[in-house]
Amino acid sequence: MRMLRQMLRLMVGQPPYEVYLAHMARVHPDATPMTRVEFFRNREQARFGGAGGGKCC
Amino acid sequence: MKHIPWIILAIVGAVCLAVLAVSRGEAVNALWIVVAAVSCFLVAYRYYALYIARHVMRLDPTRATPAIYRADGLDYVATDRRVLFGHHFAAIAGAGPLVGPVLAAQMGYLPGTLWIIFGVVLAGAVQDFMVLFISMRRDGKSLGELVRMEMGAVAGTIALAGAFLIMVIILAVLALIVVRALAESPWGMFTVAATIPLALAMGIYTRWIRPGRIGEVSVLGFVGLIAAIVFGQNVAASGVWGPLFTFTPQTLCWILIGYGALASLLPVWLLLAPRDYLSTFLKIGAITALAVGIVVMAPPLRMPALTQFVGGGGPAWSGALFPFLFITIACGAVSGFHALIASGTTPKLIGSETDAPFIGYGAMLMEAFVAIMALVGASILDPGIYFAMNSPAAVLGTDPVSAAHAVTAMGFPVSADLLVQTARDVGEHTIVSRTGGAPTLAVAMAEIFSHVAGGTTMKAFWYHFAILFEALFILTAVDAGTRAGRFMLQDLIGLAVPSFRAGTSWLPGVVATALCVLSWGFFLYQGVTDPLGGVNTLWPVFGISNQMLAAVALMLATTVLFRMKQQRYAWVTVIPTVWLLICTLSAGSLKLLSSDPTVGFLAHAAKFGAAVEAGTVLAPAKSMEQMLAIVFNDRVDAGLCVIFLAVVISLLFFTVRTCMAALREDRPTVNESPVQLVPAE
Repeated sequence: MRMLRQMLRLMVGQPPYEVYLAHMARVHPDATPMTRVEFFRNREQARFGGAGGGKCC
Repeated sequence: MKHIPWIILAIVGAVCLAVLAVSRGEAVNALWIVVAAVSCFLVAYRYYALYIARHVMRLDPTRATPAIYRADGLDYVATDRRVLFGHHFAAIAGAGPLVGPVLAAQMGYLPGTLWIIFGVVLAGAVQDFMVLFISMRRDGKSLGELVRMEMGAVAGTIALAGAFLIMVIILAVLALIVVRALAESPWGMFTVAATIPLALAMGIYTRWIRPGRIGEVSVLGFVGLIAAIVFGQNVAASGVWGPLFTFTPQTLCWILIGYGALASLLPVWLLLAPRDYLSTFLKIGAITALAVGIVVMAPPLRMPALTQFVGGGGPAWSGALFPFLFITIACGAVSGFHALIASGTTPKLIGSETDAPFIGYGAMLMEAFVAIMALVGASILDPGIYFAMNSPAAVLGTDPVSAAHAVTAMGFPVSADLLVQTARDVGEHTIVSRTGGAPTLAVAMAEIFSHVAGGTTMKAFWYHFAILFEALFILTAVDAGTRAGRFMLQDLIGLAVPSFRAGTSWLPGVVATALCVLSWGFFLYQGVTDPLGGVNTLWPVFGISNQMLAAVALMLATTVLFRMKQQRYAWVTVIPTVWLLICTLSAGSLKLLSSDPTVGFLAHAAKFGAAVEAGTVLAPAKSMEQMLAIVFNDRVDAGLCVIFLAVVISLLFFTVRTCMAALREDRPTVNESPVQLVPAE
């Protein structure tokens, strides 16, 4: 069930926030990570803001 | 011992294919096709994909992927392979695998079925898998950059320009399908129009009210959609609102062009992202439901295995089986556009090299399965209805009586009453000449869904549900494609004028958007005003361009294999490359040079040009102006064919040159990112 939820979110370009938090804690412990909402908006912009937003026919 | 179940599966597949191939005249159940396809796909995945992974690519589980060594929690995230499979499948599956097979059904169900099965196993899935592999070994770079890295800057620029043109054609042909499905259909038009305010409301909800709650907002949106479909019936029946939502194809064309420009300039959270949720989830849901529906209903195929149009002269699209079937079914068998996706976000999310076959090869097999379902859908309809829906008005006339007469004369007996009754069942004024594939598929889906749930009274609801599902994700593709095309164009122009690149100021963005919209708008308008229905002209151009991009991707893969010093395995990519080159070069040159005016653009232009000289108006044109427009359009389409031919031939030259150079070296010369090992946990 959790996996299905993750899959559906990734389909629309939203990777898991927890993974991002864990990454920030491990690699950049002194930087302040984005909040959940900031993270959501950042990914939304990344999905459609650049040339990578193309979809198939 | 472990091979025994697979051998049994292979035998099952072979038996099903044999049944399909030898049965003539008697009714064949659609499940034979489904079982044949599924067992072929599973066997191909187990043996061919793993052979490529082990011997051709030599995937290495100890070698870190970009998602590991570049991990940032944002773009580069090691993802569970099942989750990633869903992501990749949702990105590659679109309208292409649904429409192409429906059009191909005019030759009967057999040619399309065989091409989808063998095409995907030997070409389509190999292409997706190879590009994914190449990109994964190079930090997840995009196709244009990969061609540049392995074949040189000139080849890279040519590939990028080719990809942009293909994008333009795809957007035009997709928009044309929406126009054909929604024109003169107030019910369909209302439900699709309702998705815009719905998406705006969802956008505001996810922005300010409950940020990031995709699940909630999608459920609310879905409820809204269903309400729009149900309410659309009253709108269509209303004397006031019905005419307000009834548009001619021309008006719809202008609406779409304006909408495309606006949507690609609005902030993404307001319209694009919420529409993306709706269309993605609806797409996955509808595809799953269709699969379940076909298995539950187990309908018999009513289309013959082969029709008389195998030799050419079919009403939905012109040309003979070779080479035109192989460009009509593009997505589903092999699609060049996937090379852009497989070198997009997916390679940045793969957690281990050994996940690549499941995602690259497997997701494409899944898409081929979608194509098979679309083919089954078109083939369970009465052939009389199929041809009445897919022939141009120039052949059928406009009323059910003339259409029934024309289709019966083709050899597919159908009564005018049946055409009227079918239209009434699905809640439309008419089903005569509803070309483009989407309405045909919607009738088939209504047939299947109403069999499972609701019976005949629900048919109209299911028909409009299917139209909405197709229109919604096509429109999302048009928005997202216009945006992506705009950035591609900015990059391309930026090569010459660096200040044109994205991020410098707003002006280049607006200019590039306008250029992009005008380019696809031009082809859309041409298709809409084409008296032959447009799909007839544009779909082959789309097919040729898409298959040429596939040939380009496979040539890149061949080059990489030579540069890896793996040339003894290069047949894996050389065989599909050669086949695609044969198909696209012959289809492209036929479209250009054939003396048959129904096939060749220049012959058609010459015929109409001569009539203009003589001062006569040829049907289906109605005025001298239309005559001149037809000649002009033919020349533009011919020019496009020349450009596509030039792109593919020049890249073939670069491929051969690079491969020869690689053969002269005694060590690998690929530009892979340096090997980094997976860190021990």
